[in-house]
Amino acid sequence: MRDISHAAGGPVTSVPALLERNAKTWPDRTAYREKEFGIWQSWTWAETRDEVRNLALGLLNLGVQPGDFIAIIGTNRPHLYWTIPAAQMVGAIPVPLYSDSAAEEMAYVLDHCGARFVVAEDQEQVDKVIEVKPQLPALDHILYLDPRGMRKYDHAHLHDYSHVQQQGQAAREELTPEMERRTAALGPEDICVMLYTSGTTGKPKGVVLSNRNIIETSKNSSAFDDLGPGEEVLAYLPMAWVGDFIFSIGQAYWSGFCVNCPESAETLATDLREIGPSYYFAPPRVFETQLTNVMIRMEDAGRFKKWLFDKCMAHARQVGGRMLDGQRVGLADQLKYRLGEVLIYGPLKDTLGLRRIRVGYTAGEAIGPEIFDFYRALGINLKQLYGQTEASVFITQQPDGEVRSDTVGVASPGVELKIAESGEVFYRSPGVFQLYYKNPESTASTKDAEGWVATGDAGFIEEGSGHLRIIDRAKDVGKMADGRLFAPKYVENKLKFFPNILEAVVFGNGRETCTAFINIDLTAVGNWAERNNIAYSSYQELAGHPQVLETIREHVEQVNRSVAEDEMLSGCQIHRFLVLHKELDADDGEMTRTRKVRRKIVEEKYADLIGALYDGSEQVSTRTEVTYEDGRKGHISARLRLCDAAVVDRGAERVAAE
Amino acid sequence: MSLAEQIVTDQPAEGWVTQDGRQIGPVMMEMRNITLRFGGVEAIKDISFDIRQGEIRAIIGPNGAGKSSMLNVISGFYNPQEGEVWFHGQRRPRMRPYEVARQGVARTFQNIALFEGMTVLDNVMTGRLNHMTSGVFRQALWFGRAEREEIENREKVERIIDFLEIQSIRKTPVARLPYGLKKRVELARALAAEPKLLLLDEPMAGMNVEEKEDMSRFILDVNDEFGTTIALIEHDMGVVMDLSDRVVVMDYGRKIGDGTPDEVRSNQDVIDAYLGVAHD
Repeated sequence: MRDISHAAGGPVTSVPALLERNAKTWPDRTAYREKEFGIWQSWTWAETRDEVRNLALGLLNLGVQPGDFIAIIGTNRPHLYWTIPAAQMVGAIPVPLYSDSAAEEMAYVLDHCGARFVVAEDQEQVDKVIEVKPQLPALDHILYLDPRGMRKYDHAHLHDYSHVQQQGQAAREELTPEMERRTAALGPEDICVMLYTSGTTGKPKGVVLSNRNIIETSKNSSAFDDLGPGEEVLAYLPMAWVGDFIFSIGQAYWSGFCVNCPESAETLATDLREIGPSYYFAPPRVFETQLTNVMIRMEDAGRFKKWLFDKCMAHARQVGGRMLDGQRVGLADQLKYRLGEVLIYGPLKDTLGLRRIRVGYTAGEAIGPEIFDFYRALGINLKQLYGQTEASVFITQQPDGEVRSDTVGVASPGVELKIAESGEVFYRSPGVFQLYYKNPESTASTKDAEGWVATGDAGFIEEGSGHLRIIDRAKDVGKMADGRLFAPKYVENKLKFFPNILEAVVFGNGRETCTAFINIDLTAVGNWAERNNIAYSSYQELAGHPQVLETIREHVEQVNRSVAEDEMLSGCQIHRFLVLHKELDADDGEMTRTRKVRRKIVEEKYADLIGALYDGSEQVSTRTEVTYEDGRKGHISARLRLCDAAVVDRGAERVAAE
Repeated sequence: MSLAEQIVTDQPAEGWVTQDGRQIGPVMMEMRNITLRFGGVEAIKDISFDIRQGEIRAIIGPNGAGKSSMLNVISGFYNPQEGEVWFHGQRRPRMRPYEVARQGVARTFQNIALFEGMTVLDNVMTGRLNHMTSGVFRQALWFGRAEREEIENREKVERIIDFLEIQSIRKTPVARLPYGLKKRVELARALAAEPKLLLLDEPMAGMNVEEKEDMSRFILDVNDEFGTTIALIEHDMGVVMDLSDRVVVMDYGRKIGDGTPDEVRSNQDVIDAYLGVAHD
């Protein structure tokens, strides 16, 4: 067997072994920080090891068996992260779940893996699990972290996390040999974690990743960006998402860096500023929102400040990105940039909490070139990567100095790429997942005998640079009625680059023309409405405002002009569109928890609206079911206006009749 | 020792009963034949009722029934012309509101009474005033006891901020907050005093359904976690019936009903008062 990696003592073959190594190598370095009661509380690697051990002993005390599944439900908190190595130390398999899932969604996953234990953050999560417990015969024990409100619950199968730790510690003499036996038995082929894919199509699938997958991937990717024990990361993305697992467990344990947990989701911006991470990941949406907020606040700034900001940013856009890529820039430009750094860039980066970033990544969706360039102009080393749960994240990433907004970079270390005839991208790497749990058909259709995995994305490798470019989901790419290429994502991304547009869904597969649903961005459009004294009481009202529709029409027409430039995709211009009366929402099943649109469901749910877009009517009345956060259902009714947009045809502009 | 433990441990064990799965203690405060007049107007007429330790006690009634006046009598803001207030088995002499506060009674106001220009944190810190002993001079220079005290009290305040989930507005001036949050900050300030008895004057007035649900959850959690006895005035009948253990109903300064929510709901006088039947 090829040994995975060597620490001082010998090969490190599991995450608990990495923890042990770190506790010996850096006992006094901070491993975790969490803001609680207004102060950053911290734990060193040695303290972390002890906490994890006590929890592992406590789990053993509750009767955990090798091969049991332990579900983890909650936001990013050190105690919940500790559950992962603790579960592994007693031979169990950790399964982090999305904490914002509704109870039924949780029931599916808990039942699918047959979880015997659940570690939940607080009363809210415990309530959800108790609600679906009758459907879960395998579930034995629930642990909770936050005792608030739990006093009156029946504690027969319910345990306070800290009590479990205390009981484990009390019984340590008796239980330690068994725990050490189970920990020592962990090999590189053993399961490290099981993560459920968010499931853009159908039910979530349990992706099984081995210790080798995680450790090899973490080692390679840490070397790629030269990550070391000094890094600070902010853990704020869902624990159930593979990216968070790699950043906050895999790479953090491999490189020995510090994971910081925010106080609450609402304080994120403040916490980010206080920590000033050096290694940072955010989906494009976060960068978009941040930029939108900056721009909105600059609109409200005084005239001199606004002038200075515009002046400095114009200069940064010219030279900032080039300087970051290590290109030569004239002395005068350099000096001007330094001045800008003192006046604008530095303070702005401070405010955003991005000043200390050495490596920043974005992935998951295409990022608008203007957004991408804005951050790079400020001197923030923002790069793109392309990854999947099935690959333990990394498939391609952009090396320093080769960063562009329209590619996703070169193959990550250890990854092989190939493009099938259909245009679909395939990869093979040490990070490739073992299997989909209890789903051999899907495993077989995704991963072939030689270990090649289908990404489901269509793309091509650019000649010259060797960078991968992704066009769209392979299954979404279709043909229009006249045989022209239909790539909805390509157009939707162009639309979403406008700050006023939050989400777009384009239709047209097998049809003569393309149409679109639009969601406006309430922050951006709401601010515009305020400045123009336009009163509105709800999203629905603002979305139907004639001036808003006019603005969106301008955006759509601008996109049409840009789409028309690409001969292959010129058929994807949008002829008619409407602005939806509600935001697409994961609670209604219209999006995944990672906020990707579920095209089929939207298509079925709003069939009447799509029909109206194609039958030429000017207005349509509709009634839509909505689900509230607590699972209750309601309806909203609306009358929507359908808008025509001008399209570009063979260079000659033709305005569609209104 | 946590705030909750501190309060829970000084509750006596005797005299406690379990009612509908809730622990209700002995009588903590008793109002005996209270009459309050403003000139010729009798705002409260000969009212008696008690508040038991650990319970949530509601006072309801139509506008002008004298509910707020009653709360002001409890808090010592008004002194009734007739009647006695008994607290922890002793007759309470005439007291100024700050003296009542020192006995462990804290309150919130119907029309929010926060320091608008100060941050949430500073507002909540003012609730700790009765727990600080260092003088003006030391506090101004912030040394010795003043420094120690501030750190200790800040810790307690932070626990309350965490409890009421207002971390994200910790440093925000109160004037910039929406109404629902201001109400929560007021509750935080009252809680910071670690009261034995908490008086809430229309905690849910002017809130939407979601804010009401949040506030109800916080009131129950405060009662549950800190063991705080709560007396509240509220208009929303649904909320009152869900939250409280016992309800006093007032109309035109008189008590027309007293009992569990179910008893009060079926009381004919109460139904008449709320349905607006003509008084003869």
